Amino acid sequence: MTNSETDAPALSSDASPALELRGIDKWFGPVHANNQVSFEVPRGTIHGIIGENGAGKSTLMSIAYGYYQADAGEILVNGNPVKITGTQNALSHGIGMVHQHFMLVEPFTVLENMVLGAESGPLLAPGLKRARAELARLERAYSLKVNPDAKIESLQVGLRQRVEILKALYRGANILILDEPTGVLTPQEADQLFDILRALRDQGKTIILITHKLREIMALTKNVTVMRQGSVAANVKTAETSREQLAELMVGRSVLLRVDKTPAIPGAKVLEVNDLSVSDDQGIQRVKRVSFDVRAGEILGIAGVSGNGQSELLEALAGIRPIESGAFRFKGNEVNATCMRDAQEMRQMGLGHVPEDRQRMGLVVSFLAKESSILGHHRDPKYTGRFLMQQKAIVDDVTEKMDRFDVRPSNPLLRTSSFSGGNQQKIVLVREMDQNPDLLLVGQPTRGVDIGAIEFIHKRLIAMRDQGNAVLLVSVELDEIMSLADRIIVMFEGNIVGQLTQDEADERKLGLMMAGEQLSTAA
Amino acid sequence: MSTTAPTQVPRWVTHVLVPVSNLVIAFLIAGLIIALIGEDPWQAMKLLVLGAFGATDLIGFTLYYTTNFMFTGLAVAIAFHCGLFNIGGEGQAYVGGLGVGLVALFFGGLPGPIVILLAILASMLFGAAWAFVPGYLQAKRGSHVVITTIMFNFLAAAMITYLLVEVLIEPGQQAPRTAEFSGNTFLPYIHDIIRSLGIPFGQSSLNLSFVVAIIASVLLWVFVWHTRWGYEIRTVGANQAAAIYAGISPSRNIILAMLISGGLAGMVGVNEILGVHHRIILDFTAGFGFVGIAVALMGRNHPLGIFFAALLFGMLYQGGSELSFDIPTITRDMVVVIQGLVILFSGAMEHVFRPHIVNLYLRIVGRRVAMEPAE
Amino acid sequence: MEEFFTMTVLMVDATLRVSAPLILAALAGLFAERSGVVDIALEGKLLGAAFAAATVAAVSHSAWLGLAAGIGFSVALSMIHAYACVTHKGDQVVSGMAINILVAGLGPTLALAWFRLGGQTPRVEGSGRFHPWHWPGAEALESTPIVGGLYSEIISGHNIIVYIALLTVPMTAWVIYKTRFGLRLRAVGESPEAVDTAGISVDRMRYQALIITGVLCGIGGSYLSIAQNAGFLRNMSAGQGFIALAALIFGKWRPWPTMFACFLFAFTDAVQTRLQGVDIPGIGVIPVHFIQALPFALTVILLAGFVGKAVAPRASGIPYIKER
Repeated sequence: MTNSETDAPALSSDASPALELRGIDKWFGPVHANNQVSFEVPRGTIHGIIGENGAGKSTLMSIAYGYYQADAGEILVNGNPVKITGTQNALSHGIGMVHQHFMLVEPFTVLENMVLGAESGPLLAPGLKRARAELARLERAYSLKVNPDAKIESLQVGLRQRVEILKALYRGANILILDEPTGVLTPQEADQLFDILRALRDQGKTIILITHKLREIMALTKNVTVMRQGSVAANVKTAETSREQLAELMVGRSVLLRVDKTPAIPGAKVLEVNDLSVSDDQGIQRVKRVSFDVRAGEILGIAGVSGNGQSELLEALAGIRPIESGAFRFKGNEVNATCMRDAQEMRQMGLGHVPEDRQRMGLVVSFLAKESSILGHHRDPKYTGRFLMQQKAIVDDVTEKMDRFDVRPSNPLLRTSSFSGGNQQKIVLVREMDQNPDLLLVGQPTRGVDIGAIEFIHKRLIAMRDQGNAVLLVSVELDEIMSLADRIIVMFEGNIVGQLTQDEADERKLGLMMAGEQLSTAA
Repeated sequence: MSTTAPTQVPRWVTHVLVPVSNLVIAFLIAGLIIALIGEDPWQAMKLLVLGAFGATDLIGFTLYYTTNFMFTGLAVAIAFHCGLFNIGGEGQAYVGGLGVGLVALFFGGLPGPIVILLAILASMLFGAAWAFVPGYLQAKRGSHVVITTIMFNFLAAAMITYLLVEVLIEPGQQAPRTAEFSGNTFLPYIHDIIRSLGIPFGQSSLNLSFVVAIIASVLLWVFVWHTRWGYEIRTVGANQAAAIYAGISPSRNIILAMLISGGLAGMVGVNEILGVHHRIILDFTAGFGFVGIAVALMGRNHPLGIFFAALLFGMLYQGGSELSFDIPTITRDMVVVIQGLVILFSGAMEHVFRPHIVNLYLRIVGRRVAMEPAE
Repeated sequence: MEEFFTMTVLMVDATLRVSAPLILAALAGLFAERSGVVDIALEGKLLGAAFAAATVAAVSHSAWLGLAAGIGFSVALSMIHAYACVTHKGDQVVSGMAINILVAGLGPTLALAWFRLGGQTPRVEGSGRFHPWHWPGAEALESTPIVGGLYSEIISGHNIIVYIALLTVPMTAWVIYKTRFGLRLRAVGESPEAVDTAGISVDRMRYQALIITGVLCGIGGSYLSIAQNAGFLRNMSAGQGFIALAALIFGKWRPWPTMFACFLFAFTDAVQTRLQGVDIPGIGVIPVHFIQALPFALTVILLAGFVGKAVAPRASGIPYIKER
């Protein structure tokens, strides 16, 4: 795969980079988010910025496009130092941002979103007219096709992202910054995006791609800046490096991509899902007649880009979301649309649930840690008598749990919000695992968790499975699924498109399935 | 996303110093207004405190008001714990009083303690019933409880006015109020109890319902922080998604919280109707429901804080009443102004001064901390 | 038949009169809510404006100065709300409640101190008051069947503020849907992050919206004390700010439906005055208190029934804090 590099046509032969950052520093309170960051981006190239969660990539680009102001350092556009005071100002220098979480107004049309902030006058009508003409022109120039009068809320994710790109281009951006653009795209949509990016580059635009996916860096970029904990770990030419080297630079040590584990010894079926369909809050069907089993003593991994129904599936199994049709049997108990069980009942039957979003659902951040630690189990006789809760028993129990899972600081009387992401996740895990559930549902167990805690959590999940419990793991991190799961199923648009054992699975097959390709078992 | 724990200042700074500062600011502005209307704030303050605590009968009146504010403050607090803003304390108290009065009128023949007990129960039931519909509508239909409770306040006023004028009016009289209850329904006055012990004590409206209020405070404290029902209510109020995750039903707890809230507010009727007026009269709630909001905010929804906040407002009401004798331009309305200021500074603007106070504290203690954005 | 027509005309006339402060307050609330700020202090602003207008009008004998004072005071109250909630991300419902209570006490306090009349202002008459505006030919046409009644009662003869109130509806619709300001306002209420990243200040938009809220409530409140009535009395707004809020919800935050909701509520009030003491066949005399309670009961029923699932602007009630 080559990155064919054409110099930007018809622009001056001035060799100064389109964008250069020198010594950028940014503090958020005591946190040093960006520490003396410097790099340059040559014009007409695609430049990658890679790093883990919290490495400072998004903060850095937020400074570049004017959302934040740096505490120190310089920004140069086309060789000239500029002061970027706000997003409008950044756009006037040609820097435009395409956000990870789209900044679109849902009830508005594409056209209305395009002109927001660039209405060219106090009355709307002329601005909308101008935008419509410009939109047609952009469509011809970059093959970015979208219906100007469609409401955003009716558009698919890939199309919404196009609107974001068009927004930036409409405002005259020559330097486009994209933040984790493929997070919510299927591989097919991602490929379409890459084509668009290459087309933009060929027309002389400069592109900065923020991502944590090595694959994308290798496929698209000419140069890459590796960020680690707020500083630049390295500035390298993509052609001169490798995925392993980048991963190491990102993390600072050799990354253990596989967890040691013995082969699984699956036992009886604990969960049988049969033709299950689940809809989301808007009534759109997200899980479409899926069927699968989970056995005791195995980890079943569900892979897939987020938004393909995994969340709704988990919630339905946990008793949080109603079932539309079909059924599942948990330890012989049938749950279907007419006979529903709530979360409490599922727990009593032996289900544990580590939710995908711990802060939204798994914990109450304003509660003390001891109160978060009994969430979902607060009616347990060991915590509460007929009328009163047994505070001492709770504190003792929670302290013991915290010590066992190395939660720091192991003080149950601290507010949950004062614990770091990894420690919060451990609180949730020990709470759910300690009930010795026959089936543990786990969603995104290591999202926002530091490396040390990730290894710990992975080991615990394997331990659960070795003990004979069943684990259903949903994760968007392919590496995590591939290293933990004994069997892997892939969800795409609400359907299961394939099932592989751990030995059979590789990134190519899984990637294809995530894009909707069905693999025949002979493959 | 910070991976380090935020700077911790001692709990007393955030839980005592900041709220007290907010209060001081509210009072300073009140003082400014008093000055604006041409009176001396210090003089007013002195007269107020003396009027509230200067003699045993005055203390009695102060505590009598405090009783009402404890009930309504606790009512607002339990609703807040469930994430609900119950503005209907006024109407719930009014209807609670109706319940008390009905029991006293129609069961007045029964022995005293039994009637009193029934009346207390009636006050809770009637008050809870008045809060039930807004609670149910919020839980099941998503109708905003703020608006529905405000409407129910007006409805309560209309209904009870009608009842007092057309139905329950004392036969042969003009004034819209019921006949006086029989003597055995009267709640004992505290001054009578104290005097019977040989200690001289001035006469006031303070009656046994004060003790009921204290008992209610303790019971509520236990309920909210030491029972699983209280835990569930707090979870729903703090994070509904987490509540559902935990198998806690938001709708059931919303209704429960509103019922308890209404029941607590209803007990104002015990104090006013059973303890003081001994008949149902118009408008005996006189804004007490709204004071409850200020009290709950000031007291940070905790029974102990509510007690002190209620005491403060009791002082304002009683002291204010005495004050208006000496300074005719300062009436009950001024107390309402202070109420509004307290709600503003202890409620809506409670975080405005926090960073400054925290910094001041840290500077005094010797460290510097960059200002964190408000949570 | 003739009598029925006359009664209808009189009811429509009364409805228009009563709806004026409701429309102004409801549209005031519309601007606030559309920008993402919950405002339950419409009542307080109405009352405060009524007090300020009556005070200044009584002293200066100028209705226009009174109106300016009413607007000024209402805007000031709105700015308190803005400062607490927009700048300092305070709880919007608590702030609104605080303002309501504050004004309820402050009005009578200041009135007592300045006028010594037990908490009200002196009667405002003559040039201090807005008087009904009779259109040319109204008197002459009065006796003409149908057209006369329509013209002289319904169209002509209203206070200037009533006409202003009715005009604000199309004006509001135009601003909200046809101008840049309106687009940005709606965007702020639905997706403040989109507005923020477009380089527009969310806080500034909300302040601007709340200024408009203040102005409209100011006009509405002034109407109460120096047009509809002749001076300020304590609690004279009598819940109209809350009814306006209900109308806004019923109208799903859109100008024209909101106006019709205001008409509906004003109509119940007009009916109430007409039905007092009237013997209805089969039912008897409806107690006056039931009729007075009708708008409030109707509001609850509406909130419980149709409006329960009305979708507010998405960002309504949530303070906007930049994400890290």
